[in-house]
Amino acid sequence: MATKDQEKYLELEKIIEEHKGLPGALMPAMQKTQELFGCVPLKAQQMLADGLNATLSEVYGIATFYSQFNLEPKGEYVISVCLGTACYVKGAQDILDRICEEIETMPGKTSADGRFTVEATRCIGACGLAPVMTINEEVHGRIMPDDVPSILAKYKK
Amino acid sequence: MEIYRSHVLVCGGTGCTSSGSSKIIETMEQMLVEKELEREIKVIRTGCFGLCEAGPIVIVYPEGTFYSHVKVEDVGEIVEEHLLKGRIVRRLVYKGALTDESAQVPLKDIPFYQHQHRIALRNCGVIDPENIDEAIATDAYQALAKCVTEMTPEEVIEVISQSGLRGRGGGGFSTGIKWKFAASSKSDKKYVICNADEGDPGAFMDRSILEGDPHTVLEAMAICGYCIGSDEGYVYVRAEYPIAVERLEKAISQARAYGLLGDNILGTDFSFNIHVRLGAGAFVCGEETALMASIEGHRGEPKPRPPFPAVRGLFDKPTNINNVETYANIPPIILNGVDWFRSLGTEKSSGTKVFALGGKINNTGLVEVEMGTPLRTVIYDIGGGIPKGKQLKAVQTGGPSGGCIPVDLLDVPIEYDSLIELGSMMGSGGMIVMDEDNCMVDIARFFLDFTVEESCGKCTPCRIGTRRMLEILDRIVEGKGKEDDIEKLERLARVIKETSLCGLGQTAPNPVLSTLHYFRDEYEAHIYDRTCPAHHCRSLTKLQITDDCRGCTACARVCPVDAISGEVRQKHVIDMDKCTKCYSCIEKCRFDAIIKV
Ligand SMILES: Cc1cc2nc3c(=O)[nH]c(=O)nc-3n(C[C@H](O)[C@H](O)[C@H](O)COP(=O)(O)O)c2cc1C
Ligand code: FES
Repeated sequence: MATKDQEKYLELEKIIEEHKGLPGALMPAMQKTQELFGCVPLKAQQMLADGLNATLSEVYGIATFYSQFNLEPKGEYVISVCLGTACYVKGAQDILDRICEEIETMPGKTSADGRFTVEATRCIGACGLAPVMTINEEVHGRIMPDDVPSILAKYKK
Repeated sequence: MEIYRSHVLVCGGTGCTSSGSSKIIETMEQMLVEKELEREIKVIRTGCFGLCEAGPIVIVYPEGTFYSHVKVEDVGEIVEEHLLKGRIVRRLVYKGALTDESAQVPLKDIPFYQHQHRIALRNCGVIDPENIDEAIATDAYQALAKCVTEMTPEEVIEVISQSGLRGRGGGGFSTGIKWKFAASSKSDKKYVICNADEGDPGAFMDRSILEGDPHTVLEAMAICGYCIGSDEGYVYVRAEYPIAVERLEKAISQARAYGLLGDNILGTDFSFNIHVRLGAGAFVCGEETALMASIEGHRGEPKPRPPFPAVRGLFDKPTNINNVETYANIPPIILNGVDWFRSLGTEKSSGTKVFALGGKINNTGLVEVEMGTPLRTVIYDIGGGIPKGKQLKAVQTGGPSGGCIPVDLLDVPIEYDSLIELGSMMGSGGMIVMDEDNCMVDIARFFLDFTVEESCGKCTPCRIGTRRMLEILDRIVEGKGKEDDIEKLERLARVIKETSLCGLGQTAPNPVLSTLHYFRDEYEAHIYDRTCPAHHCRSLTKLQITDDCRGCTACARVCPVDAISGEVRQKHVIDMDKCTKCYSCIEKCRFDAIIKV
C-alpha cells in the first residue's frame, strides 16, 4: 500500500517539475494531480504550493473553488446524473432522487460502503437521449425512475 | 489519396457516441476486412449530424442513404445487403428520408435540414475531424492564406466589421469593433482567446463545432492573431468535453506539422501558436475576465471592467476573446465576402445562429438557422413539434441568463434585439422546449438553484441575493408561499441586477422576471390557491382514481406504502395521507384511471 502511495508522490514531483516556470501552471498541475490520485490530498497541495511558488491557501482556494477538484477520493463507481436543462425538463430530478434512495446516499456524497459516488452534472451533450446519466464512462440514456434498480444491479455485484 | 467506391459516415459526436457509435464503427471495419472490402469502402467517424434524436446515425455515400437508430446488430445487414449487394436496408432508413415509392430523399430535403442554413456547422458530419487533409479539401486554412498573403490586418478587420458579425457567446457585441480595439492597443505581447467554456447547462453547440470541425476554430484564431498583432492563443475548454479536447490537440499538432500554425506560417513572417487549457467546472469561468483569471491559474473570479480585455486582459496584456461559434464564422466570411454574409439573416443580426434544441421536442439536436427565422419554424418545421400530442407551453432561450417565450409569441423572429425585447436573450444558443406538464415556477427555481451554486461569491448581491430568491421560490413550490412573496422577488431581482459585479449576477434574476411576466398566474396559483396548474410540484399535487378504474389491483400491489385499497373489480381509492407521490401507480395503471389533480 504505502509503496503505491510513495510511487504516486514521486510521480507528483515529476509533474511539479514539468510545470515549473510555465505561465499559469498551478491549475494544469492540479488537474494532473487530480488524475493521479483521484483527488487533491492535503499533502499534495502542500507539495504543489512549495514547488510552484504559491501558498497553501492559494492551492486550497483553487481546489475548493472549482467543482472538478475534490479533496477526498470518490467511490469505485461515479454516478453522474445530468441536471442540464434538457434533462431536467424531462424529469432528471426524479432519476436522481431514485438513485439516492436506492443506494442510500445524497448528491455529492459517497455511499457508506465507499463504492458509489452520486453527483449531479450539467449538460453532457447527449440531450437527444435525455434524461441521461453516466456511470464511470458508460452512458445510460432515456431512463425512467423505474429503470434505476436494474441499471444499478449490474454494478452492485 | 486512395479512391473508394463507397464512404460510410458514422456520427462520432457526443450524443451518438453515447449510444454506441464507436462500437458500430469497430464492428463495421472488422466486417469489411472479413469480406475483403476494406480497400473499396471507407468508414469515417465524423462530427455531429445534428439530428441527435435519431442517433446513432450512419450515412452511406455516394447514394446518401440516411440510416437512423442503428444498432450494432444492424451492422451486418448494412454490410451484407447495402455495401455488398447494393440493396438499401429500408427498415433502417430514417423515416423522412424515403418516399412512398421508396425513392431516396436527398439529405437537404429532409424537413429537419430543409429549413436550416449551415455555416458554423458546415463541416460537422461531413469530414473526419481527425484528418487535416479532409479539412483542407473543404477549404480549411484558405482564408488564413488569403489574409496573410493578400490582405493587410486593417483590410481583414474591415471585412469582419462590414459583415455585421456579432458575438455568438451571448452578448452580441460586434466582432469587427472588438478586433479593432485589440489591434489599436500598443503592446509587446497580445493574446487571442477562444471561449469554449460553454456554460449554459442545456447546450452543446460549441462542443459540436470543436468535435466536428476543430480546424476552423484554429484557423480563425490565427486570422485574429494576424489582425490584432498577436502570436499566441489559448482555447479554454470545459474539462467535461474530453472528445473535443482530444480532437483539438490532434488538430493543433497536425496544423503545426503542415506549417499552418507555428513559426513563419506559409513562409510569411507571421507566427502563431495555440495552447489548450482545461476548465475545472465553474460556470462563472465563461465570463471573460473570470476565464482569464482561470488561465492565469487563479480562482475564476471576475474583475470589474474597464479596463476591457482589449486594453488589459490575459497576463495584463491586450487580449481578444471570442466564442467558438463566432470564430467558426470567420473563414467563410473571408472567403465568400461581406455581401454573401449580409444577405443572410436580418439587418441588425446578419448570418446564422446554432441552437441546441432540447426538452419536449421530437427532433432533439443541433440546428443552425438564419437569424430572423421565426421560433415557430424551429419548433414545428425543424423540431417536428411536441411529443405525445402535448401542448407547447414555452421556449426557454439564453440559459440561466435568459427567459421564457410563451406560446403566443412564437412568430417573433429570432434575433438579438427581438429576444431582448421579449425579456429573454439569444445567449449562447440553448433552446429548451417546455410543454403543459412543466411548471414555470419550478423552471425559474431550477435556474436560480443553478446560479446560487455557481455564484463565485465575490460580490454580495449575487452571493446572498440569489440565495434569498431561491429560498422564496423553494417555499412557493412546496406550497408554503406567502402573500407578498411575488413583490419580494421583484424587489430582490431589481437590486441584484443593478448592483452585481459581473454578468452572472446581473442576469441571474432574468428567468424569474420573465416567468413572472408571462406566467404570473402560475405563481399566484401556487401561493394563493396552493395548487400547481401543471401538476408538477409534488407538494401541491394530489392523486385521484377515476371511474375508469376496473379494479385490477395492479396499483395497490405496486404501491410501496400501501396507500391504495379496494376490492377486486371495484373502484380503488388512494389515501393521500399515506401517499408519498412516487407515481408508480400511474405508470402501472393500464386504464389511465389515476390522475393528478
Ligand atoms: C456568467 C457568464 C457566463 C458566460 N459564459 C459564456 C460561455 O459559456 N461561452 C461564451 O462564449 N461566452 C460566455 N459568456 C460571455 C463572455 O463573457 C464573452 O462575452 C464572450 O466570450 C465574448 O465572445 P463573443 O463576442 O464572440 O460572443 C459568459 C458571460 C457571463 C457573464
Ligand atoms: S441537458 Fe442533459 S445531456 Fe444535455
